[in-house]
Amino acid sequence: MSGGSYALEAEPRRGPVAAAAAAVRQHPLASLGVVAASVALWLGITEGWHELAQATLNGIVAGNYFALGAVGLTLIFGVLRLVNFAHGEFLTFGAYMLVAANALDLPLVVSAAVGVVATAGLALSLEVVLWRPVRRKRVGELQLLLLALGLAYVMRYTIAFVAGPEDRATGADVTAGVTIFGLRIGRTELIVTLVGLAVIALVAIALRSTSLGRQMRALSDSIELSETTGIDTDRIVLVTWAISGGLAGLAGIIYALPAGTVNPQLGFTLILSIFAAVVVGGIGNAYGALAGGMVIGVAQEWSTLVIDPSMKVAVGFAVLILVLLVRPQGLFGRARSVDR
Amino acid sequence: MTGAALLGITFEFLTNEDFWINVGVLATTYGVFALGVQLNIGTTGIFNFGQAGFMAVGSYTMGILVVRSGASFWLAMLAGLGTAAAAAILVGLPSLRLRADYFAISTLAFSEIVRYIADNWDGLTGGNLGLFGYSDTWNDLSARIDGWLGHLGIAPRFLLPLLVVNLTVFLALAAFVAVLVRSPWGRVLNAIREDEDAARALGKNTFAYKLQSLSIAAALAAIAGYMLAINISILSPTSFDPVITAYGYVIVILGGLGSYLGVVVGSFFLIFLLEATRYLELPLSDARVAALRFVIVGLVLMALVIFRPQGLFGKRQELMLRARR
Repeated sequence: MSGGSYALEAEPRRGPVAAAAAAVRQHPLASLGVVAASVALWLGITEGWHELAQATLNGIVAGNYFALGAVGLTLIFGVLRLVNFAHGEFLTFGAYMLVAANALDLPLVVSAAVGVVATAGLALSLEVVLWRPVRRKRVGELQLLLLALGLAYVMRYTIAFVAGPEDRATGADVTAGVTIFGLRIGRTELIVTLVGLAVIALVAIALRSTSLGRQMRALSDSIELSETTGIDTDRIVLVTWAISGGLAGLAGIIYALPAGTVNPQLGFTLILSIFAAVVVGGIGNAYGALAGGMVIGVAQEWSTLVIDPSMKVAVGFAVLILVLLVRPQGLFGRARSVDR
Repeated sequence: MTGAALLGITFEFLTNEDFWINVGVLATTYGVFALGVQLNIGTTGIFNFGQAGFMAVGSYTMGILVVRSGASFWLAMLAGLGTAAAAAILVGLPSLRLRADYFAISTLAFSEIVRYIADNWDGLTGGNLGLFGYSDTWNDLSARIDGWLGHLGIAPRFLLPLLVVNLTVFLALAAFVAVLVRSPWGRVLNAIREDEDAARALGKNTFAYKLQSLSIAAALAAIAGYMLAINISILSPTSFDPVITAYGYVIVILGGLGSYLGVVVGSFFLIFLLEATRYLELPLSDARVAALRFVIVGLVLMALVIFRPQGLFGKRQELMLRARR
């Protein structure tokens, strides 16, 4: 079951499909580039270059909140081996906290900060009251997954119960737009996208070059080894939850502000694409999640050129299945990490 | 008594026959649904989190074939079994070879995508207005069952024929699956749950067995979907919210992992509790009450997993299997 040993084996006879699949496995980034370039060429010729450029811009806008959502989900998986099915509800929660703060007549920027901080706080409290005690009981894998699943529904429908099922306005201006090089983008959309890209860059730099980021990545490699090297794992776990929650809250807000409204199903509609982004990047790989988010965002928006836009979420699912078939460890993951 | 009065509960519904018929119809529906969950998680040890999606695929196939292309109700149901099993293979092929969490993610993602498509592909599924008009064949059969019951001296009652059919199908399927898992085929499933590497070392193609287990679960979900479709005479995406999968897990854990008698008891227990909460007189809108019920199901699932993972009939170590590595 080791995907990395191909080079050592005698070259088996195989058809062109198998040979292509093997090539994709060995050179994932180059293959992705080739596929993306060919699809872009085809779309540009058949649908028009301007449309393609507009769809790409929309894809980067969407890729932002997918990437921000995915990086938190993948960090928690890396550090705790926990698939947090309730992560989508962090996005919903962040957006609702913004709406709540805005209702108190706070300026939008302050309300957004409230949303981010409140979601980080929620993630921290869940670690303290639920996940840490549960880990101490040394529960099984099924128990952990079922707890995350149950928590997702409890959070989703608690939000629906408290806030009501109807749409709520965020108070952001969604009518003003700007045109850059002939491409349209909403003013709010442009602002949140720039903020999102800046935060993504900051997260990537922090993971690579701060002590905290290195400790986090160490934990995600092996929690036992990290403990023996003197890393305060309890502290790192808490910090990871705060970052995961905060980024998820921000992702929810970045999605909700240009949309103009929020409803309790917000995270539910996004989580599928976020899971796809995580798998594309390789589960547990933070840089992979950032790249995966962009890949999913652009793929979905490109798809709207040829299929019904309401079906673009299905493209995320198709990419998920395709990646699992061809390269389950994702763009950057290692083969050993996917076996049972 | 004062506490009950405070909450606005009156227990008169317990003597109401319609209440019990309704509980029976729903318990058998979600019971069949949970048989599939039990086969996957209790017997085979694979984490199917997309049972609600398979239920939707099966029942929408039936509804669409009957309403949109005038197919026979019975043939359409057969086709629904096929599409549900095919969907299981589509999801299982890429993800069942991988670590358990990949499979859990894929099945959950599948279930959410199915609901999303049902909600948005209006031309095919009727969108959130729903799909209806597939019940004619059933209505004829229902009238005939009422006639037969009349010969036995039982007065016709709303949903009573469906209860008779559901109960027969549920108990027959429960017995069938319970026998199936004791067959040589079922013992391989058990071996996979206990130690897949050992089963593979004995020359068993464990991947094929897991795929078969998932396909059968999906077909059971489709049957549960027909029961639901007949009961409410309209297919709408809200009936297949992924949270429905949590019903299956509550039933399975309540009854004990691996126990099919447990599924029968657990399904009646859960549905009785859920339906009884309808008689709480809360000053809330319908949408809020629906949300509250889903919150309760989620909380019950979490509480069971933490405090009584062995359920009513199961052994504690069943859920402790596959402890974290």
